[in-house]
Amino acid sequence: MGRYLLRRTVYGLLVLVGVNLLTFVLFFTVNTPDDMARLNIGGKRITQDQIVKWKAERGYDKPLYWNNEAEGTAKVTETVFWERSVSLFALRFGRSDASGATDIGHEIGRRMVVSLQLAVPLFLLQVVASVLFALVLVFFKNTRIDFWGVVLCVLMLSISSLFYIIVGQFMFSRVLRLVPISGWAPGLDAARFLVLPVMLSLLSRLGGEGRLYRAMFLEEIGRDYVRTARAKGLGEAVVLGRHVLRNALIPIITSAGSYLPYVFLGSLVFESFFGIPGLGAYVIDAISGQDFAIVRSMVFIGSLLYVASYVLIDVAYTWADPRVRLS
Amino acid sequence: MMGALPKWVLLWSDAVVLLLAVALILYGWRVRLDVSRRRDWLKVFRQPAALCSAVVLAAFLLVAVADSLHFRRALPAAGGAGAAQAYSTQVESCLDLLLAPLARSREVTYSAPLASRAFAKATVGTERVFPRLLHGGAHLNDDVTERLADVAGRAATGLAAGLAAAAALAMAGFAALGGRGGLAAAWHRHTEVPWRAAFWTALGLGAVVGLIIAIAPHYHVLGTDRTGNDVLYQALKSVRTAFVIGTLSTIATLPLAVGLGIVAGYFRGWVDDVVQYLYTVLSSIPNVLLIAACVLMMQVFIDTHPDLFETGAERADLRLFLLCVILGLTGWAGLCRLVRAETLKLRELDYVQAATAFGVGPWHIMARHIFPNVVHLVIITTVLDFSALVLYEAVLSYVGVGVDPTMNSFGGMINLARSEMSRDPVVWWSFVAAFGFMVCLVLVANLFADGVRDAFDPRARVFRARRPAPPKEVA
Repeated sequence: MGRYLLRRTVYGLLVLVGVNLLTFVLFFTVNTPDDMARLNIGGKRITQDQIVKWKAERGYDKPLYWNNEAEGTAKVTETVFWERSVSLFALRFGRSDASGATDIGHEIGRRMVVSLQLAVPLFLLQVVASVLFALVLVFFKNTRIDFWGVVLCVLMLSISSLFYIIVGQFMFSRVLRLVPISGWAPGLDAARFLVLPVMLSLLSRLGGEGRLYRAMFLEEIGRDYVRTARAKGLGEAVVLGRHVLRNALIPIITSAGSYLPYVFLGSLVFESFFGIPGLGAYVIDAISGQDFAIVRSMVFIGSLLYVASYVLIDVAYTWADPRVRLS
Repeated sequence: MMGALPKWVLLWSDAVVLLLAVALILYGWRVRLDVSRRRDWLKVFRQPAALCSAVVLAAFLLVAVADSLHFRRALPAAGGAGAAQAYSTQVESCLDLLLAPLARSREVTYSAPLASRAFAKATVGTERVFPRLLHGGAHLNDDVTERLADVAGRAATGLAAGLAAAAALAMAGFAALGGRGGLAAAWHRHTEVPWRAAFWTALGLGAVVGLIIAIAPHYHVLGTDRTGNDVLYQALKSVRTAFVIGTLSTIATLPLAVGLGIVAGYFRGWVDDVVQYLYTVLSSIPNVLLIAACVLMMQVFIDTHPDLFETGAERADLRLFLLCVILGLTGWAGLCRLVRAETLKLRELDYVQAATAFGVGPWHIMARHIFPNVVHLVIITTVLDFSALVLYEAVLSYVGVGVDPTMNSFGGMINLARSEMSRDPVVWWSFVAAFGFMVCLVLVANLFADGVRDAFDPRARVFRARRPAPPKEVA
C-alpha cells in the first residue's frame, strides 16, 4: 500500500504540473500582462507609464519564462513563471492583483474556515439524507410510494438550485421570518445563518443523489447474498440496513468522494447568495473584479484537493471492502 | 417603390442550430431505412413518458429554429439613387416577426400579468392613481368592469381554437408517421407506440399555445419587467439560448472526446497514457473555475477587437458561440473515458481481429468498425448532458461568466428576478415565467434522456419505478 500511495502521489504531482502549465499559458500567453494591466486599471485613457508602474508593483515586468539578464540560477527564478507559478507548489500564493493587495494565502486560510462550517455539516447530512431517502424507496419498491418518490426525484433534479435559493429565502426569511436572509457571524451564532443554506443545498441535490443511490441499492438487491439473507428469515429492514447498505458502500464512497474538493472550496452560488464570506464568495469577487492572481491560486488549490481526495477515496475503499488491495 | 429585400445574417450559432436541424432530419431519414436503428428508436418511443416529452421538445426546438433565422431590415435609401443600400443595425429573427406585437407593446415599467393598469401608482394631473397601461387592455373602455369578462372570452376562444388545431395536427401527424392499425387500435392502446399519450400531450400543448395566441395581442400574459418589456417575449427568446448551449456544447466535445477516446483505446501503450494524463489534468480543475478563467480570457479578446463585429447581436452571438466551445473544450473528459473503455473492449472482438488479419489499416478499422459501435454512447451523452447544461447556464450567468448580458437567457431572467423578489410588493411574474419555462424544458429533456438511455445502453439495468398494476378483477 505504501508503494501504491507513493505512485499515486507522484502521478498527482505530475497532474499538478500539467494544471499549472495550462493555467499559466492561459493567463499569461493568451493575454499579455499589458492586457491585464489595462483591464485592472480600467478607464478609457491609460498611459504607458501607468501600465509599467502597475506591472512593476506586482512583479509582472520580468520576462515570462527565461531571464537572460540574470546570472546563474536566477535566469530561471527571476521570471514571472517561477515567481507566480512554481512557488504555488510551496503553497506561497503571493499578493492579489487588486489595488488594495492582500496576501492570498492568508485570505484563503481565513475563508476556508468559514467555508468548512457550511460545507462539512452539508456533506455529512447530504450523504445520510440521500442514503435514507433511497433506502425508503427501495424498501417500498413496486408500490405507489416508490413510483411517486421517483417522480419527485426527477422533478426535483429538473429545478435549478437558484430557484431553491430564491424561493427558500422568500419563504423562510421574508414571509415566515424564521432566519436572517443573509449574513454571517462568527462562533456559534453562525448556526442561525447556516441553517437555511444547508437545508436548501440539501434539497437541491436530493433528487439526483436519491435516484442514483436507489439504482445502486436495487442492483445489490438482485444478488445472491440478499436471497440467502432473506431465506434465513431476516426482515427486509435488516437485509437493507445491514447487508445491502454495507455492500453498497463502495459506490456510495465514489459518489460522495467526488464532492470532497468542493467541501473545502465552498459553494460559489450558495455563499454569495447568503452573504457568507467563504472561498466561494472569494472566487466570485475575484471573477467580477478580474483578479487573475486569485483565480489562478484557486485553480491550483482546487486541483490539489482533487488529487488528494482521489487518494483518500482509494484508501477508503480498502476500509469499506477488505477484498480491495491497493497495488 | 417596393422596399428592398432584407439582408440575411448567418450568425455562428445560427449555422450550428440549422445544421443540427438538417442533421436531425437526415438522421431520421436514415433511421427509417435501417432496421436495427429503427428498432432502437422504436424502443424509445414505446415509452409514453419519452414520447410525450419528445412532442414537447419538438415544440421548443421549433421556437429555437425560428429564432435562428436572422436578418437585417433594409433601410429606406437616404442618399438618393446610386447610394449603397443601407441595412438596419438591429438583427431580427423570424421569431421576432411572429412576436412583433409583443416586442412592440412596451410599457413604462412593471405590470402584473393580464393587467390593464400599472403596478405602481403614478401622478396623473394632481392625483396619485394606477395609470392605464399603454398596450395591456388598451382596447377596453372601462377596464375595471370589462377586463375579466374580456380575458375570459378570449381565453375560451383561444382554448377552443388551440384544441381543435392541435387535434387536427395530431391526426395529420398520426397519419403521416405511419399510423398502422387505425385510429381505434391507437385509442385502445393496442399499438406499439402509445399514440394516445402523444395525442393528449399535443392537446395540452395546443391549449396553452391557443390561450397565449388569443390573449397575448391585447394583454401581457406574463406581465412586464422593470423597463416595460413583455416577459413572455423574453422567455420565448431565452429558449434559443438554452438550446444552443445545451446542444452546441456537447457537439463541441465530440471531436476531442470521440477521437482521443478511440485512439487511446485502440493503440493503448503510450498514446493511452498521454490521453489519460490529458483528461486527468482537465478534470482535476474545478469546472466553474476553468470555465471562468477561459471566459475571462475570451472577454479580453472581444474587448480588444471591437472592429470584428458589425452589430451588437453579432458580438453577443460570438460570445455565446465561444462559451459553448469553452464548455466543450473543458468538458470532454467524461465522454472520452467512456469511449476509451468501450474501445478497449471492442478491439478484442472477433470482427475487429478479423479485419486486422485481413490487413485493414488501423485508421480504417477505427473509422469503419469501432466508431459506429460507440455512437450509442455519443447519443446517450448528448441527450443526458442537455438538461445539465441548460441548468449550468443559469449558474454561469449568475457567476458572471455566462452569455452576454444583452442576450435573453434564463440565467439573466433569474438574476433580475432575484432582486424583484425582494421588492415590496413582490414582483413575482418574471421569476414564475423563468421557472415555468426552464423546469418544463429541463424536465422533458430529462424524461427523454432517460428513455434514450434505457433503449440504447445495452448494459443499463432498467430500474424504472412502475405504477403498481391495478388489482385484477375476479370474474
